[in-house]
Amino acid sequence: MTQLSYRTAFGLIVKRDLMIAFRHRDDIINPLLFFVIVVTLFPLGVGPESTTLSRIAPGIIWVAALLATLLSLDRLFKSDYADGSLEQMLLSPQPIFILVLAKIVAHWLLTGLPLILIAPLLAVLLHLNEHSYGALMLTLLLGTPVLSLLGAIGVALTVGIKKGGVLLSLLVLPLYIPVLIFATSAIDTAAMNLPYNGQLAIIAAIFFASLTLAPFAVSAALKVSTN
Amino acid sequence: MFEALDVNIAAGDIVQVEGPNGAGKTSLLRILSGLSQPYEGTVYFQNKSITQHRETFHQDLLYLGHLPGVKDEMTAQENLKFNLALHGLNSDTAETTLAEVNLLGFEDALAAHLSAGQHRRIALARLWQSQAKIWILDEPFTAIDKLGVEKLEQLFLQHADNGGCVILTTHQDLSLLAERVKKVTLAYRFY
Repeated sequence: MTQLSYRTAFGLIVKRDLMIAFRHRDDIINPLLFFVIVVTLFPLGVGPESTTLSRIAPGIIWVAALLATLLSLDRLFKSDYADGSLEQMLLSPQPIFILVLAKIVAHWLLTGLPLILIAPLLAVLLHLNEHSYGALMLTLLLGTPVLSLLGAIGVALTVGIKKGGVLLSLLVLPLYIPVLIFATSAIDTAAMNLPYNGQLAIIAAIFFASLTLAPFAVSAALKVSTN
Repeated sequence: MFEALDVNIAAGDIVQVEGPNGAGKTSLLRILSGLSQPYEGTVYFQNKSITQHRETFHQDLLYLGHLPGVKDEMTAQENLKFNLALHGLNSDTAETTLAEVNLLGFEDALAAHLSAGQHRRIALARLWQSQAKIWILDEPFTAIDKLGVEKLEQLFLQHADNGGCVILTTHQDLSLLAERVKKVTLAYRFY
């Protein structure tokens, strides 16, 4: 038996999760569709006036992205838990940190990345200020991985509970608030043509902190959930 | 749950954990594999606590629980390949290994289209490749036909002869290995 290199183990899990998702496409499409629908509902509700829309655009896009991620979180561990493959992963000789990180990366590739790609299009529909596009993309690029990472902690804690949906939102949404505040503030500041690297730096700090710490929390939570 | 439980299992042992439903067979196996933490007491492997030496222990462990751990969205072969690769085994031989468990012809069938017994066979196929010393198997014969059971018993015997050990639960009598099997019997406790 050869000890797998961390990179091979990581790649193995990411590849597997992507393959499963592509064969089960509604898991990818549902959150994305939800995102698009929520964002398009706002102009219908608030009215098509461009000054109002462009003022609330950052908030709408970010809140919708947040809820779309929340909607997709269940997929992260639930089916693996139900069919026993999670147990097998926890019992494999690889560090759980690597396995968890791989699963989170796969989740981000399947939800975070499509959201980022479609966000500028929706921003046009909301008359987002032309100076804000850079800030929107950068905050999403740094912020959506945080949503996946922190969300994973919540799912890992609730995976053993039959109806953990409400509990999951209660656990996870408060953790998302800092990202939401700094991201929308960065986009607003960019609209006024002011530097927004302060807010960006804070989101980046949150990103790196959760990147290094969240997988440990997730591993511990999974051990509790499968106990 | 358990009282004064002290078992030493040596290489070459085949241990059958017995007891009525609800006596704690599965709980015991999960504690032995490190999936569940006992409230008190420690599991040692080669005189090292398994919680402190998780990765070295897991290199020598193969645990199959009630759930087969087979993904519906992947084919039989992809499932086995992933399982082998995750445990650091050569996954190129997946096809011949599937033949061992009578799944030849089903390699490219999605697991969703296979039966419960076939799912279990996919999970059990790993045994033929495994180099782990300790096999912990929770009801390995569930949904397996008679011929399959016989073949598995042969495999257990061979594994034990090669210096491995097998810890399993089953309600069936192990016909072939009666003389080799050690039994741990759990009794139901009433308060």
